[in-house]
Amino acid sequence: MKQSLPTDIVLSAENLTKKFGSFTAVDSISFEVRKGEIFGFLGANGAGKTTAMRMLTGLSNASSGKGTVAGYDINTQSEQIKKTIGYMSQKFALYDDLKVWENIRLFAGIYGVPAKEIAPRTDRLLRQLDFEKERNTLVKSLPLGWKQKLAFSVAIFHEPSIVFLDEPTGGVDPAARRTFWEMIYQAADRGITVFVTTHYMDEAEYCNRVSIMVDGKIEALDTPGNLKKQFNAQSMDEVFHQLARKSTRKAD
Amino acid sequence: MMASSKLECTERWTFNFNTNMQALHTTSTSDLALSCQSVSKRYVRNSPFEKVNVSALEDISFEVNRGELFGIIGPDGAGKTTLFRILTTLLLADSGVVRVEGFDVVTDFRAIRNEVGYMPGRFSLYQDLTVEENLNVFAKVFNTSIEENYHLIEAIYKQLEPFKKRRAGKLSGGMKQKLALCCALIHKPRVLFLDEPTTGVDPVSRKEFWEMLKRLKAQQITILVSTPYMDEASLCDRIALLLQGRILKIDTPQNIVSQYPHELWSVSSDEMSKLLTDLRNIPAIRSGYSFGESHHITFKNKEWSMDALRAELEKLGHSSIVIKKIEASIEDCFMDLSPESKG
Repeated sequence: MKQSLPTDIVLSAENLTKKFGSFTAVDSISFEVRKGEIFGFLGANGAGKTTAMRMLTGLSNASSGKGTVAGYDINTQSEQIKKTIGYMSQKFALYDDLKVWENIRLFAGIYGVPAKEIAPRTDRLLRQLDFEKERNTLVKSLPLGWKQKLAFSVAIFHEPSIVFLDEPTGGVDPAARRTFWEMIYQAADRGITVFVTTHYMDEAEYCNRVSIMVDGKIEALDTPGNLKKQFNAQSMDEVFHQLARKSTRKAD
Repeated sequence: MMASSKLECTERWTFNFNTNMQALHTTSTSDLALSCQSVSKRYVRNSPFEKVNVSALEDISFEVNRGELFGIIGPDGAGKTTLFRILTTLLLADSGVVRVEGFDVVTDFRAIRNEVGYMPGRFSLYQDLTVEENLNVFAKVFNTSIEENYHLIEAIYKQLEPFKKRRAGKLSGGMKQKLALCCALIHKPRVLFLDEPTTGVDPVSRKEFWEMLKRLKAQQITILVSTPYMDEASLCDRIALLLQGRILKIDTPQNIVSQYPHELWSVSSDEMSKLLTDLRNIPAIRSGYSFGESHHITFKNKEWSMDALRAELEKLGHSSIVIKKIEASIEDCFMDLSPESKG
């Protein structure tokens, strides 16, 4: 079933477009993401990031264009995509009323980790996170920084080839935010591709490559270093401001 | 019948208000818009197994001058919203004294509600009313009209006017935020409380929002604003860094940065992930945090020379090494002041 791709491209989009009536939310975007890459997907509110992400994660159909994620076609194999990828959002990631181990058990099951592997892998994960004492703690009583670490670990528990992170670090304290990015580095070092959106422009610097969407189109795509050179800017924040100012799609 | 009872109500309100104004004359002495002394608040959280006593705020004290733009900077769970709800008379503290424009938050809460504007982090608009209707409701609740104080909101409201017949629920995030700000301003408050107005908002809209705040400050409105974004700290006159219900520090952003107690270096190489591990394994290094394009490090006591560090990193296989002495950012300060970093 899985299409054999000759390259190490984990995600590709070709003229991917989404229209709602006469409004083009995502306007023919094309790009590729390679294995083990940390790819930052940036854009102002309303630029079309979420809509693009929904198409790439199999949650919404494209109006036109093509794409593959983890070797599956986004137009015809969205169910396989949902089973294969990892996904974590700031808003919803874990069940507050379940214990730490119960959350891991639940998501591992949903993502099809073989039952007999779940227990030993849970032990290993809790050890790595230094969470063994919290095994039976309800998720809602964990500090936010811990929750986010756990949510990320759960999202990659089944060792997906790609994980989508939708504003994973919103509101976290600075130290926890850094620990979180170190976990992302480690996952990428293991070969897991990371596709991440954020409103923290300094976090764009952690990415290998960054794309910036403006009014439904990808207006820039390169390494943070090259983007700063290209826009003659000191920081990614400046790059972002230069691009986003061009927006004509006023917040509405 | 209806009309007269409403009138009575208004009169009583005014009467109360006047007595309070007299109280103010005898007690108010300074240029303080707000003083908060030793405020603490605990919550009891019921879990299925036990009652957990959670401390939301511990011994919070600070003062805000008239016309100041004061920032409460801290992550989620630091206690920002609890503090704002106490300051705006919506929640009682367990202990401590708070005065806003000279009025006590417990005994003079009615007077305070007339004097302050409050924009909560979540829901403050009626989703099923239009932009114009929302603004009208807020104006009428405070016995004023849009026309009377239009000059205060004009700059912001102009951007909303094309959509004034649209329901609030159908506005984009940025527009909702602007409308909420207009609604908090329409009764001409002397003190404005903004609880995380920029959370989840993109950097461009955040910048616009701060420009609006600067214009309001120019009109002598005192503004208290909370935010989890450390980069917004430098836009405030003074800030309080809040973590786990405690204030870590209060000062101007410039002073906080200049009081950073360590020499801070930024280090980068061609292998950033490995570099961080390698740096932390050097015993002389006290802290190492990633800042994306470089890592920030401090030393325990005896500092290395940059050449020595470079040589060490080259030995570990790094190339394209760049080491610079840098000034601390608010985030560096925040992490240094956090109890974890001291432990």
